[in-house]
Order: sequence, then C-alpha cells, then structure tokens
Amino acid sequence: MSDQSPQQTPARTSYADRRKQRLDALARASADEEGGVSLIVSAWRRLRRNPVFLVGLAITITFVVLAVIAPWLAPYDPAARPLLDDIRPQTNPVPGPEPGHPLGGDDKGRDLLSRLLVGSQQTLMVGVLATLFGLLGGVTLGTVAGAFAGWVDSLVMRVVDVMLSIPSLLLAFTIAALASRPSQWTLIIAIATVQVPIFARLLRGSMLGQRASDHVLAARSLGVKPHAIVFRHMLPNALGPVIVQATLVLAVAIIDAAALSFLGLGNPDDRRPEWGQMLGAAQPYLGQEPHLAFYPAACIIVVALGFTLMGESLREALDPKTRR
Amino acid sequence: MSTQPIQPAVRHGEPLLAVRDLRVTFGRRGEEPFRAVDGVSFDVRPGQTVGLVGESGCGKSVTSLAIMGLLPTRGNTVEGTAVFDGEDLLSLSAQQMRDRRGADIAMIFQDPLSSLNPVIQIGRQVTEVMERHQGLSRKEAMPKAAELLERVGIPDPRARLANYPHQLSGGMRQRALIAMALACQPRLLIADEPTTALDVTIQAQILALLKDLVVETGTAMVMITHDLGVVAGLCDEVNVLYGGKIVERGTRHGLFARPRHPYTVGLLDSIPRLDAPRGEALSPIPGSVADNLPWDSACAFAPRCSNALDVCVEKTPAWEGDDVVGLRCFNPMGVSR
Ligand SMILES: Nc1ncnc2c1ncn2[C@@H]1O[C@H](COP(=O)(O)OP(=O)(O)OP(=O)(O)O)[C@@H](O)[C@H]1O
Ligand code: SF4
Ligand SMILES: [Mg+2]
Repeated sequence: MSDQSPQQTPARTSYADRRKQRLDALARASADEEGGVSLIVSAWRRLRRNPVFLVGLAITITFVVLAVIAPWLAPYDPAARPLLDDIRPQTNPVPGPEPGHPLGGDDKGRDLLSRLLVGSQQTLMVGVLATLFGLLGGVTLGTVAGAFAGWVDSLVMRVVDVMLSIPSLLLAFTIAALASRPSQWTLIIAIATVQVPIFARLLRGSMLGQRASDHVLAARSLGVKPHAIVFRHMLPNALGPVIVQATLVLAVAIIDAAALSFLGLGNPDDRRPEWGQMLGAAQPYLGQEPHLAFYPAACIIVVALGFTLMGESLREALDPKTRR
Repeated sequence: MSTQPIQPAVRHGEPLLAVRDLRVTFGRRGEEPFRAVDGVSFDVRPGQTVGLVGESGCGKSVTSLAIMGLLPTRGNTVEGTAVFDGEDLLSLSAQQMRDRRGADIAMIFQDPLSSLNPVIQIGRQVTEVMERHQGLSRKEAMPKAAELLERVGIPDPRARLANYPHQLSGGMRQRALIAMALACQPRLLIADEPTTALDVTIQAQILALLKDLVVETGTAMVMITHDLGVVAGLCDEVNVLYGGKIVERGTRHGLFARPRHPYTVGLLDSIPRLDAPRGEALSPIPGSVADNLPWDSACAFAPRCSNALDVCVEKTPAWEGDDVVGLRCFNPMGVSR
C-alpha cells in the first residue's frame, strides 16, 4: 500500500498513487541535474522558446500586475453603490452596462468592473499566502523527513501519504468547514494544509536524492556536521523541484479558493470582493443575467490556466523523461 | 625521483593505519547477503603510499568508505578493525569519527564535478573544512584557502575563490578537492580513483601533484585504482584485490618485476605499453567478475584463470605471507618477467 517507491501497475493506478508518482518523478529531476539553481537556469534555456510557457507567463504577469495596481485602476470603490438607483427589484434587478460602467453593476448596484479588478487582489492574496504557508509547512516536514532517515521519516511520510490519498478539494472543504466563523484566514489555512503533503513528499524525495549524492558524501568525508550537511549541502540543492511545484500549486490554490468561497466558506464580507464569492452571489440570477457569473468565472479560469500552463511546461522542461 | 622513503626504517615503523580482517556485508533482512569486502588486511605506515588495485566491483570503494565510516547507516554490516594511530576507527562513535574525518583522515573521490556542491563558491567550500576543524572564522580562513589553491596549482587563486564549481575545468575541480582534503594537514589521504574521470594529460598532472604534496607534507596515502600504471609511478606498496579479498601484495618493484598471482599478471598484461610492438593486441583477462566463484569453497578467480588446477575449485587458497609481501594462490606464476 504505502510503498515508498510506487510500483508501476499498468492495470489500475489509484488517485493517490498517481499523485505520488508525479511528485516522485519531479523530485528525481533534481538528483540527476547539477542542482537547484542550475536546474532552474537550464530549464529556462529550454522554456524561452516554448509558446505554451510564454502564454502562461504572459497571463500570470498580467494578472499579478493588475492585482497590484487594482486600487488605482478601479474606477469605483468596490463597496460603493453608484448604480443603486437603477435597480428595479421586479423588472431590472441587475443594472446593465452604461457609460462609465462598461460591465454594468451587480445586484446591489456596485460597479462590476471595479469589483472584478479589486477582486483579483483577494484571489492573488489567498493563492499566494496559501501556497506560501503550504510551502513553509511542506518544506519543514520534508526537511525533517529527508534529514533524519529512519522512523521519523517513516512516520512523517505515513501521515503525508494518508493526506495525499484524500482528494485535495474535499480535504480543504472539510478543514474550512470545521471553522466556526469562516473568513479569509480559515480559507487560507484550509488550502495551505492541503498543499503541505505535496511539498513535503516532493522535498523529501529530492532530499533523499541529495543524501545519496557525491557532493554530500564528499562533505561528510571532511567531517562537516550534520546540520550543515542538511542546511548547506542538501536543502539548497533540493529546492528546485519544490519551486516548480509552487507555480502549479498556485493555480490549484486559486481554483480551490474560488470553489470554497463560492460555497460560502470564504470571507463572508462582500464589501471586499473575491471572484469565487462573486460567483456565489451571482447564483440567483444565473437565468436572466448570466454575465454576472460569467465574468468572475472567466477570470478564475484564465488565471488558473495561466499558472497551469506555466507550471506544466516548467515541469516538463525538468522531467528527465521528456527532456532527452 | 628522490621520493623513495628510506625502505627499512619505514618498513619497521608502527603502522599509521592497520586494517585487519575487514568484512563488509550488504543486505537487509530477508535478502541474500552480499559480501563486498571479505577479510581485507593491510598496513599503511607514516608517509607511505599504498596502492589498492583491482577491477571494477572488487570492493575498493567499499573498503575505503568502511574505513572512513561513510557507509550508509543501514543495510550493511562492517566487521574487523581499522586501527589508526592506536584507535580502532570502526568502533568510534559517529561524532568521534566526524572529528577525525577531514582533520586526521581525508578522502578524494573519482568525479570532481559531482563531488563539489554546485551552489556554493569554491572559496567557501575550502574554508568550510578549516572552520570546522581549526576553529577559524571564514575571514581568517579565506587567505589560507587562497594559499591552498595556489599550492595545488590553481592559477589566479584569489579570483577562483568566488567561482562556482561549474566555472572550473575538470582538472581545476579535482585540484580544489585536493586542496579541501589537505586543508587541515591530515596524516592519511585516501584517494579513490582520483583521475579516472579526467583527460589523460590532466591525469598525469594530478598524479604528479598528489605525489609532490604527499612527499612535501609527509602525508600517508592509500591510492585506489584499477590502473596498475598509476600504481607504478606512485606507490611504495601494492595490494591487489579480487572479489573482496587481497590476492597479492608486494613492494612496487617486487610486484612489477615478479608478479606471482595470475590475476596480477593479467592486470599487468592489460596495461597499454609504449614499448610494445605496434599492432600487438593487449590481452585483457578473459571473462568478468560475474563468473566469480564464492571464496568459501574455491578461488573466486578460477573460472578466468589460465593456471587453474583442480584444487582451485575445491578449497579456498590461503594467504601466505606477511604485511609486506604475500600471495593467495595454489599455482602461482613462477617465471620472472
Ligand atoms: N550500498 C551498496 N549496497 C549493495 N551493494 C553494494 C553497495 N555498494 C557497493 N556494493 C557492491 O559492492 C561491490 C564492491 O563495490 P565497490 O564500489 O567497492 O567497487 P569498486 O572496486 O570501487 O569498483 P569501481 O572501480 O567500479 O569503483 C560491488 O559489487 C557493488 O555492487
Ligand atoms: S588459486 Fe588457482 S584459480 Fe586461483 S589464481 Fe591461483 S591458480 Fe588461479
Ligand atoms: Mg569505486
């Protein structure tokens, strides 16, 4: 079941096994390359001319720039209700486009374009913070597991593999639902928790590769102390695949954050818009005013696509199997 | 040329390293155990260079890693003793062994590129050893690192301190590794095929450097190689290893002038020689280590041996000799070459 080196069973591989195999393949990439930094450098050389990667990069950069300058770019305060007077509960519940409001308003008379723009900030923040915390937790666990072989490693990896075997959205949903009062932070923590085992398994794999490497043997032959071996000689060289995975995880984190917000497990305060939350609020009007749902959904899809294209091509560029 | 230590004095001195009956067995529970090193004994006296020669897979690296305490903590058992300066290295704690490594005993490896940390500058890698064992700060150690790089023949050492390994050529990297190994003036250096990964011209330079350094500093050296040619120029004493056992031992001159074990003869015949008639093919030893018989009940080399007798597949040939000259063979070559 929890075999450390997953066997290739052609007939039927479980969800958990497939996830583990993907992570292990990525972890191996660092072992046979010269190391973390040069891994990224050599990947970049291959990626520069890859259109898929460049499209993903363009989307990602646009999104990040927009999110950062959104407060200055947005024509209206996302909480203000300039279109309130246009709302007719029976005949016109959602104000349509008009001069100054290219996308119209939402059901409370707030400018939709401004809300989408400012909403990108929340999405970016949740995604980045969740990934960062996930990275922190995963790198800590992975370092511990990779540094102490033996029972510590077995214990950590048993827990990690159990977590990996639960579909990530389901796990995130469960954790977020446990919070008595949903907020931005419960959302971030739920999504971060789901990322921890991914980073942990990945880092542990590449740490083991480093442990067996010639330069670590050479450092040990000079009497270098164990903590220096781990933090100076193993960890910096093992981080390459983790950095790649972080871009993929960002995409997943953004989709998960939107999904949980949509289900009402995110920030309940709609004066600070968030795409998933906007999508949820658009539900009652899906029949008459589908654009209200379309815009935030499109934003989520495009941004997640951007990160996925970038991350997948990065992963492919590092995969020893597709590289040669 | 005047590098010959004074033979009698050296020979009767206390050994610096005395390896006795070293056995290394690989295999976890439930697996067929595999004995990579099978009762190896040899001495290294102060200032002496001792060769450990044999084909790939005969246990040379495992022997050196066992002495250094660098084998994985699990999946193998190490038996025997390796007394260094009155202390059995194999019974030291991990912490005590760490304090010896790099300070009293150092090692250089086969592949100079992969043996350096790719993300750390050369200077820091050299100073790390001195910080570790001599309690120097990095600032104090840096000028010494530059001196060391200069001594191992790296041009413009000050500029090189800031280089990353990939910015150096293969030969330069091996020089840097030698500098690291010798930084704390160890009394014993184990060199595990230090030139195998290098170009032929660079190989000669590195060997000459090692020879100069050990003579200059009086460091004893264990030179591990599959190439008797390396041994010829460097070693005072040679141990020939086959299938995890030493099969012949001799002084450099004795062994080359009068090899007695059929395997040693085979190794000598497979050295390319400049004076050999043009077009004369080298005669490599037939077969491979895969043909080996178990030492328990035969001579492991018998299937490949041109001198094999019936007894060779019935009994283990015993070691006949001492710590300077010896042989393990039922039917040694008699003719002098
Ligand atoms: N960690 C290990 N686990 C199991 N077997 C091992 C291990 N390390 C080495 N061996 C085996 O021990 C034997 C001796 O290996 P060793 O590395 O000492 O050979 P060598 O003489 O150094 O050869 P080479 O010239 O190729 O370096 C080999 O058959 C090898 O397969
Ligand atoms: S003991 Fe027999 S088989 Fe072994 S090397 Fe000597 S002659 Fe050959
Ligand atoms: Mg070897």
